[in-house]
Amino acid sequence: MGKRIGMEVAIAVAEAVGLCDIDMAAVYPITPQSHIAEHLSDLVANGEIDAEFVTVESEHSAMSAVIGASGAGARSFTATSSQGLMLMHELLPIASAMRLPICMAIANRAVSGPLNILNDHTDIMPQRDSGWISLFVENGQEAIDLSIQAFKIAEHKDVMLPVCVNIDGFQLTHMVEPFEMPSKEEVEKFLPPFVPHATLHPAKPVTMGAFAMSDYFTEIMKAKNEALKSSKKVILEVWDEWARLFGRAYKPVETYQAEDADVLMLTMGSMGETAQMAIDQLRAKGIKAGLVKLRLWRPFPLAEIKAVLKNVKKLIVTDRAISFGGPGGPVFSEIKSAMYAEARRPLIYNYIYGLGGRDVAVGEFVGMFDKVLADTKNEAADTYEFWGVRE
Amino acid sequence: MNIVENFDLFAPRLINKQELLSSGHRACSGCAEVLAVRLMCKALGENTIIASATGCMEIVSSMFPTTAWRVPWIHVAFENTAAVASGVEAGLKALRKKGKIDDRYIKVVGMAGDGGTMDIGFQALSGAMERGHDMIFVCFDNEAYMNTGIQRSSGTPMGASTTTAPAGKVSSGQKTWKKNMAEIMVAHEIPYVATVCPSYPLDFIRKIEKAKSIQGPSYIHCFSMCPTGWRSPSHTAISMGRLAVETGVFPLFEVEHGHYRISPDMPRKLRPIRQYFKPQGRFRHLKDDEIDQIQERVTLEYQKLMGKAKYL
Ligand SMILES: Cc1ncc(C[n+]2csc(CCOP(=O)(O)OP(=O)(O)O)c2C)c(N)n1
Ligand code: SF4
Ligand SMILES: [Mg+2]
Repeated sequence: MGKRIGMEVAIAVAEAVGLCDIDMAAVYPITPQSHIAEHLSDLVANGEIDAEFVTVESEHSAMSAVIGASGAGARSFTATSSQGLMLMHELLPIASAMRLPICMAIANRAVSGPLNILNDHTDIMPQRDSGWISLFVENGQEAIDLSIQAFKIAEHKDVMLPVCVNIDGFQLTHMVEPFEMPSKEEVEKFLPPFVPHATLHPAKPVTMGAFAMSDYFTEIMKAKNEALKSSKKVILEVWDEWARLFGRAYKPVETYQAEDADVLMLTMGSMGETAQMAIDQLRAKGIKAGLVKLRLWRPFPLAEIKAVLKNVKKLIVTDRAISFGGPGGPVFSEIKSAMYAEARRPLIYNYIYGLGGRDVAVGEFVGMFDKVLADTKNEAADTYEFWGVRE
Repeated sequence: MNIVENFDLFAPRLINKQELLSSGHRACSGCAEVLAVRLMCKALGENTIIASATGCMEIVSSMFPTTAWRVPWIHVAFENTAAVASGVEAGLKALRKKGKIDDRYIKVVGMAGDGGTMDIGFQALSGAMERGHDMIFVCFDNEAYMNTGIQRSSGTPMGASTTTAPAGKVSSGQKTWKKNMAEIMVAHEIPYVATVCPSYPLDFIRKIEKAKSIQGPSYIHCFSMCPTGWRSPSHTAISMGRLAVETGVFPLFEVEHGHYRISPDMPRKLRPIRQYFKPQGRFRHLKDDEIDQIQERVTLEYQKLMGKAKYL
């Protein structure tokens, strides 16, 4: 049985990764991710994990190095945040196209400018179309669990895709939380050794990263899309197994008080826990409010989202990023397009909030519900608003 | 007996017969860069993994679904080759240590053009060399961004006309002196730095073999004539390489643990650079006084190098 411990979440993520028999890690420091890099370095320095830690000179090189190592057949890990993730951007679709099961922890942080080190989702949203499996967590326990599951999902022979786990910077990474850390034996039992399809080795020379012109490019893109879409089956299997072994269940879309709700709110990441408290307050007042938490961002869980939203009248989509000059927040756009062809679909409201670390208290979530319920003429449906902004 | 002139006699004994870069690639005829890559592969042998940058050599050798590579080969992007190679090396090291792969010694090699080395790939290269990975990095320097249409790089020689530093009514082409990449690598205090040119195949192979035998990082700077980009006939690649060496424009030398050694192929007396400049379209616009100025600097740079070196 795992141990119940209290620990800073970033350190715990490094501990969890350390349980996964990684062969190689290349991590470049950036707040609020750095504690992962530092703690992994400690684990290597103390001989607690038998891995090469490559002290790269940038995040671009971190991603390049894990691509190289993974190509050689090594279980490879990296972590980053914000500007670092933006610097990796060029390489993310290459890693997925090469079908390399790299795992990455992202301590989500606002992207400059202005420079800001605090939490929102403006770093991960521009990576949406990179072909990575992208998961969100709500608390420390989930961060640990998904960091371990990530390897099993990524390396499954039917998946072979990179996975990123989004962990809200500071809000989660720097919290000291109690949780259950699986034991080394438990992780060994859960996570089989990495068996790559092909590796860079003279015993069987392969060419990786060939260039392709218009005669093949479309087919390669479709193959990648199919691979990402069908990874959901494996993700669900891995979550089933995890629930059996550890008693903690995960779903692509989690709900709270959603079954009979008239109005639902959708969140991603750590805000879910605060929003949940708002739901309790609203329910106490007799308002049928509920919560939908999107855990699986890519592959997008279309069927699950449609099933959860089919009976609700109003939906509040919360976004921690904005598509400048576009139709609103990126999650809002996705949900709208998912529901467009449905015979029964909710009116959808969009609040852009919690940018650059701005705190959003329980009362403000209640305020969002109040505002949407007061819109009896549905005038604000299909629009977006910067919540709590000073004009 | 001159080894190069009696090449057919000596070659079978001196050079690995295996073609690890196969024919059928798409390089221009007369390309000295692809010849250099072929020679490099022969010198390295099959226990090699190559990481390549985007550029001519990547494009000509790996058009999906074909490949010219008979050694394991990976291409990721333009500027990150040294980082990719360092990851491959680190991965292999871990896997070997844990007994997950056989324990044969594999040399990891990063290769890039002058752009992928001296400009956009500079940071990744500096980082990988500084970290001391057991790898060779080879710069195939054809003195411009050839793959994308002959744009200037920091390796383009002063006075050469390129598509982004063209000769014009008020310009004589490249205004800056070629970045001295070998010296920058020497300043990283890595065990081995050498310059090579495929016009001197035996010197070339010997230096690659030496780099291969060294544990730790080494850097090879390869002068790679490009008939297409230099606007010279395709049969001139070998002679142009020899002229670059004989004029001192591209001296052949090696630096082992800080100790400089000029290659025996260097002539005692340099030829005038005019002889090298004349046949090349990229220098055609240069006036006599401009060539004289460049000659002065070439002589000076060569003297500086000679000051650091001593003959074997
Ligand atoms: C980030 C990035 N910028 C620009 C390019 C376009 N590009 C591809 S190859 C190349 C030039 C290659 O020049 P060099 O490294 O000297 O190699 P050569 O083709 O001359 O052998 C350029 C500019 C790219 N692929 N990636
Ligand atoms: S453009 Fe130059 S370097 Fe590129 S393949 Fe042709 S000759 Fe070789
Ligand atoms: Mg070039």
